[in-house]
Amino acid sequence: MSNRTHGAHIVPLRDAVADLVHDGDAVALEGFTHLIPFAAGHELIRQGRKDLELIRMTPDVLYDQMVGMGCARKLVFSYAGNPGVGSLHRVRDAVEHGWPHPIEIEEHSHAGMANRYAAGAADLPFGVLRGYAGTDLVAHTNVKFITCPFTGEELAAVPALRPDVAIVHAQEADRRGNVQLWGIPGVQKEAVLASARSLVTVERVVDELEPCPGGVVIPGWCVDAVAVAERGAHPSYAHDLTDRDNDFYKLWDEVSRDRDEFRAYMEEHIL
Amino acid sequence: MSGAGAGSGEVQTIVAARHLADARSVFIGVGRPSTAAILAREIINPDLVLVYESGTIGAKPRKIPLSIGDGELAATADFVVSVPEMFNYWIQPGRIDVAFLGAAQVDPRGALNSTVIGDYDAPKTRLPGAGGAPEIARGCRRVMVVAPHTKRTFVERLDFLTTDARPVAVITDLGVLTPDPGDGELMLTRVHPGVTVEQVRDATGWDLRVAEDLTTTEPPSDAELNALRELLAR
Repeated sequence: MSNRTHGAHIVPLRDAVADLVHDGDAVALEGFTHLIPFAAGHELIRQGRKDLELIRMTPDVLYDQMVGMGCARKLVFSYAGNPGVGSLHRVRDAVEHGWPHPIEIEEHSHAGMANRYAAGAADLPFGVLRGYAGTDLVAHTNVKFITCPFTGEELAAVPALRPDVAIVHAQEADRRGNVQLWGIPGVQKEAVLASARSLVTVERVVDELEPCPGGVVIPGWCVDAVAVAERGAHPSYAHDLTDRDNDFYKLWDEVSRDRDEFRAYMEEHIL
Repeated sequence: MSGAGAGSGEVQTIVAARHLADARSVFIGVGRPSTAAILAREIINPDLVLVYESGTIGAKPRKIPLSIGDGELAATADFVVSVPEMFNYWIQPGRIDVAFLGAAQVDPRGALNSTVIGDYDAPKTRLPGAGGAPEIARGCRRVMVVAPHTKRTFVERLDFLTTDARPVAVITDLGVLTPDPGDGELMLTRVHPGVTVEQVRDATGWDLRVAEDLTTTEPPSDAELNALRELLAR
């Protein structure tokens, strides 16, 4: 936090992860299909972080890898699939068979998770929505129903998300650590503002940010560290700079089915 | 002219596309619903606004996307919004006309399970989960379910109720089910060409009602079938 009054420090990814993320932390690596911070997640795996509460709307291949490598104590999510392909086999193995160890899950709907982040960013205790109606989820997750004090309408209340650390990926930052991202903005801004600490990985550092249509700017004084990670979203992508590697997502379906094949892949390519 | 030799999946996609003839906007996930919506925009309803969960509103993909977040969706969209904005400003107030939803299980009322097969705490098969479905079903004005017609999918009782979808139509590869105006139970109102009522009932996990005025789907035209095949080949 101390860095924030002067803007984010631009530091090597390894140092940023070592400084900001500790065993047992609640960590949100966000990016809704787009701009998923794979490079940072892989660094967490290499540094052997464990007991993490991993928060993400769509765990995607990244959390499949982290869960399979034993980083997670708990998974908080709303859609745990391989988008357009099928299952996340490592997440399934952990939930169905407790491999490599059992994990706790807390699942919501997308609207619930989005409002939890937004409430966290606004420093409110809960988010409110018309949701969770007629679903068995209510019995298995953290949602309560409240009555609107003005109209009497019954609404769903979801507790604010306040992660210890948010990690997001963006196209670029300037030298003072101001960040700009564009394309599908997901819930990254909310995740950063909701979290106690934050790390942004970027494709490139520029002298000055050129405002971009639809661009989301996160000021450096709201970010603890910026690290350069070129192609750091792969197999996800950074709009205008890299392409989503759809073949990798299909390949992952095969690689991740088998525990040994998964381990071998991670040892060869990530560790 | 009829599109001879259409496969059952092709018929399902084309019938789903036809259901969007008068829709202003449609909320879609990936897979067959997405293909149907892209096809509808190309040959049936050029003004149809395609809305993907990733925040892309008015997307005009030329190719079938693998994921809801493919770059082409954002690049061709009228505008792109954050996830909180998508759910709070666009879906919740009912600004999106039709939602296409899929599921692993569909029950006689059209309620959906996309969470788990078996017990929640000791799952036989853990499915991806709710995603946006509960609030999409509640917020969008009309829900249509697109699902493969098998006994595994069409079950008397869901293992888990993820989404109280209350669909106006369930479009399968065998026919179309719509709610009985009396009590809302799904009823077979249309069979696709070459499909018998017995076939549909055999593929349904409950004693499926059949409408008195059951009709047969108009076969895909050559134009529809060619457009679909050309789209899939891009």
